[in-house]
Amino acid sequence: MFGYIIRRILFALPIAIGVSIVCFSLVYLAPGDPLQTVLPPDATAETIAIVKHEYGFDRPVPVQYAIWLWHVVQGDFGRSIASRRPVTLEVFGSLANTAMLALFAVPVAFATGFAMGAIAGCYPGRILDRIVTGAAVIGVSLPNYWLGLVLVIVFAVEYMVLPASGMGKSGSAAFSLWRWSDAQFLVLPVVTLTMIPIGIIARTTRAAVAEVRSQEFVTTLRAMGLGEGAVIRHVLKNASPQVLAVMGLQFGYLMGGSILVETVFTWPGSGFLLNKAIINRDIPVLQGTILALSLVFVATNLVVDLLQATLDPRIRRA
Amino acid sequence: MSDQAILSAPGAAAEYDSAPATKVRGYWQSVAYRLSHDWITLIFGAVVLVIILIAVFAPLLAPFDPYAQSIVGRLKPMGWRGHPLGTDELGRDMLSRLIYGGRISLIMGLAPVAIAVMIGGTLGVIGGFAGKVANTAIMRTMDVFYAFPSILLAVAISGAMGGGIFNGIISLSLVFIPAMCRVAETATSQVKNLDYIEAARASGAGTFAIIRHHVLGNVLGPVFIYASSLVSVSILLASGLSFLGLGVQPPEPDWGLMLSTLRQSIYVDPLGCAMPGIAIFITSICFNLVSDGVRAAMDVRI
Amino acid sequence: MSAALDIKPYVDVRDRGGSAQPMLIVRDLKRHFRVKGAGKGAVVRAVDGISFTLFKGETLGVVGESGCGKSTLARVLLHLVEPDSGELVFDGDAVAAPDGISVAELRRQVQMVFQDSYSSLNPRMPVQDSVAFGPMVNGRSKSESRRLAQEILIKVGLRPDLFGPRYPHELSGGQKQRVNIARALAMNPRMVILDEAVSALDKSVEAQVLNLLRELKRTLNLTYLFISHDLNVVRYISDRVLVMYLGQVVELGPASLVFSEARHPYTQALLGSRLSMDARQRVDAPPLVGDPPSPINPPSGCRFRTRCPNAEGVCEAKMPELGAWDGRDSHVAACHMQDPASGHSKAGLH
Ligand SMILES: Nc1ncnc2c1ncn2[C@@H]1O[C@H](COP(=O)(O)OP(=O)(O)O)[C@@H](O)[C@H]1O
Ligand SMILES: [Mg+2]
Repeated sequence: MFGYIIRRILFALPIAIGVSIVCFSLVYLAPGDPLQTVLPPDATAETIAIVKHEYGFDRPVPVQYAIWLWHVVQGDFGRSIASRRPVTLEVFGSLANTAMLALFAVPVAFATGFAMGAIAGCYPGRILDRIVTGAAVIGVSLPNYWLGLVLVIVFAVEYMVLPASGMGKSGSAAFSLWRWSDAQFLVLPVVTLTMIPIGIIARTTRAAVAEVRSQEFVTTLRAMGLGEGAVIRHVLKNASPQVLAVMGLQFGYLMGGSILVETVFTWPGSGFLLNKAIINRDIPVLQGTILALSLVFVATNLVVDLLQATLDPRIRRA
Repeated sequence: MSDQAILSAPGAAAEYDSAPATKVRGYWQSVAYRLSHDWITLIFGAVVLVIILIAVFAPLLAPFDPYAQSIVGRLKPMGWRGHPLGTDELGRDMLSRLIYGGRISLIMGLAPVAIAVMIGGTLGVIGGFAGKVANTAIMRTMDVFYAFPSILLAVAISGAMGGGIFNGIISLSLVFIPAMCRVAETATSQVKNLDYIEAARASGAGTFAIIRHHVLGNVLGPVFIYASSLVSVSILLASGLSFLGLGVQPPEPDWGLMLSTLRQSIYVDPLGCAMPGIAIFITSICFNLVSDGVRAAMDVRI
Repeated sequence: MSAALDIKPYVDVRDRGGSAQPMLIVRDLKRHFRVKGAGKGAVVRAVDGISFTLFKGETLGVVGESGCGKSTLARVLLHLVEPDSGELVFDGDAVAAPDGISVAELRRQVQMVFQDSYSSLNPRMPVQDSVAFGPMVNGRSKSESRRLAQEILIKVGLRPDLFGPRYPHELSGGQKQRVNIARALAMNPRMVILDEAVSALDKSVEAQVLNLLRELKRTLNLTYLFISHDLNVVRYISDRVLVMYLGQVVELGPASLVFSEARHPYTQALLGSRLSMDARQRVDAPPLVGDPPSPINPPSGCRFRTRCPNAEGVCEAKMPELGAWDGRDSHVAACHMQDPASGHSKAGLH
């Protein structure tokens, strides 16, 4: 197991480096002089000279990358063009808010999706299966930001039972989960966020359960006189590694993919920050946020793989 | 079985093998047969066809000019002065914009997938067929792009390059290429070591001829199935980009962009705000269901 | 019969060495595979120093248990798998040597028929296209290749109008194997390697295909290397037989002699474990027990000693040599009991 952990980490490392290269190149994808894209338009000649030297814009690109990476490992992503604040501060503040959404969305989505998929997979072809399958297709076909808007229309505009957007009066710093006046702001974004993962997890679970059920050992279990409940427990246990893998991916998507939902609800998370960065053409913030989010995604995948290996010893040897 | 039995077996070389003739039917024919008996796929396929036709014949179908603004007729309800679905926040006819919007949304849904099939598919076949070094180089590069959540990668690239349909298509293509490449690579390396490929090599065929005649036929199926499932994803992502102000730019009619601009008027005209989303949803679910049907029809061992 | 295929002996322009020149000479051929997870530097000695001669117009049968390296040998002969070392001489020309014959040219003259499996024919191609593929990539026009394919389908006993347009899954195992044979013959080869070509077939179909192969060999003047794990089949079709064990040749000789007076204990054991209804053919030898040892770390000395009833100290210490053979009639075995000077207590008793 230990060897597997080491190998898996060694495998994730080059990917993390690759991810950092992609993020680094974003500055070059932006039209115009890369130096201009990381500086405010009104920067003085002096600032330009300092930044140019400090970030090596007068050196070859690989050297620039090395310098940039060196700054990044020290937690320096540069300064935001819009707010002039260090990007690191902006990113970590918003990341915490995104994580809060994800932490609520994950249990809801995973439990609901898994339950739906398990039911459908255990009774393939029956009416429950049809309903679940249909609901799952709807879940993955819905533009979730639109669903967010509809929920706002219904619950905030028509019935006025829930707030439409933002984090409430207390703001990000004083937000408390234990006060309904604050926590109510979480409800609509979390519900919206769970839609796609529920659909995907339900589909995966259904397929995994149906596949396991078709395997020989299930027949053997039945032949041994095991009750249907025990058989289902066995089936679910055998289907779980596959489902877990998809859940891990979905967690990553919830962290990294909430940009649309956060924009709809003006939830001050990383996605919203990204949206602001796009509007302001604030490339350093864009770069920093994307790097942070994708590293979270890489790390999640790593953890999921290790979890999977603990569940299923066969994986360790592969 | 004794040697005698073999010796006394009839010489069959001169005779015609007379097994009962089965009906001659190719792979694609059997796929078509199965599809023709799957009424859900047929119905939703028909809806897809209608959506495509509406997009193609938009100029004939749209009752108004989708760009024509009116200061007096803003955010009017359904049926107002002959506007079947009312008007938007600049007084433009909603139905006409929805009809024209289908054009851009379909292009944004199909073009990136097509590009990804070509580039990613080619890379995957090369990676699957080439030696270990080339394979590692290609697949590890793909892994890097795989390490981004798809919407994030699309946002990153278009965010850096700036808005516009063209940049949107490029960034979505980049999102799909790695996955496409993996599918093609897996399919290729599965057939690569089969006996008939070896036999083809033994008859002196070059790599290119083998790929063209023996590999592509087996790779296209999985690639096509996967691509069909990506169309809906691509439509959703593209409208998401437009919603964020990337991708399609005003005043073009695009469903995602319409959602974004109508959002400002959500308190005034909730229904109008919901309409472009319904269009996206219907298109996306139809493509999804058709893709599921095609997968079921094609995913059969022969 | 087409002009292209109607080649009489001695007028084949490709026959450079004459009938006395062997079709194929194999010297000390080796191919090891690196394996993962079996320690550092572990290799499977799939083909480990094989030498033999294949004469023109004969059928040399190759037998051995599954996993002893028969398929690897076949693939190495065609350079489908590169040999690690050893020499291949085809009709007097060294293969892949600067002054010899190129691999591409070798593949034009030597063809291979694989075991009928789900993967022996492209499932997405009508079988006539599979047959026409070889000629087509070798520069013939599409229509010409098609026509050739139809002629050859007739030769293997399949009506081209009925079977040509079919896909592999619409054919029976025997029919598929006829197509596989047709595909090899479409290249107009001089030599054909048949790797378990009839092993997956029902017995009655197997007999039909074997007879077809005999017939084709006669009319097309072919030379066969016939690989099988089935002794009965090998006996039926072969002129000479080569017995393999763990990547090496243990016995080589005329089929009648190998089957009636097997010299190697392994061959004797193989014959002993064979089911034969004919009492006269039963061999009085203990049948083979157990699985062959791992080809990754084969036993020292004689590889068969771990399963041999006659194993002695010398068998562990020294690897027996196959000995010299000089023609179609030589019968040799790599066993210390064959060599009076080896020091084995039963040496020379045979
Ligand atoms: N490409 C390969 N890589 C690693 N090992 C191989 C490869 N091909 C064959 N082997 C090994 O070589 C040995 C001989 O295999 P093979 O030639 O297929 O035997 P046979 O045809 O007599 O059954 C087996 O142990 C097999 O596992
Ligand atoms: Mg074999």
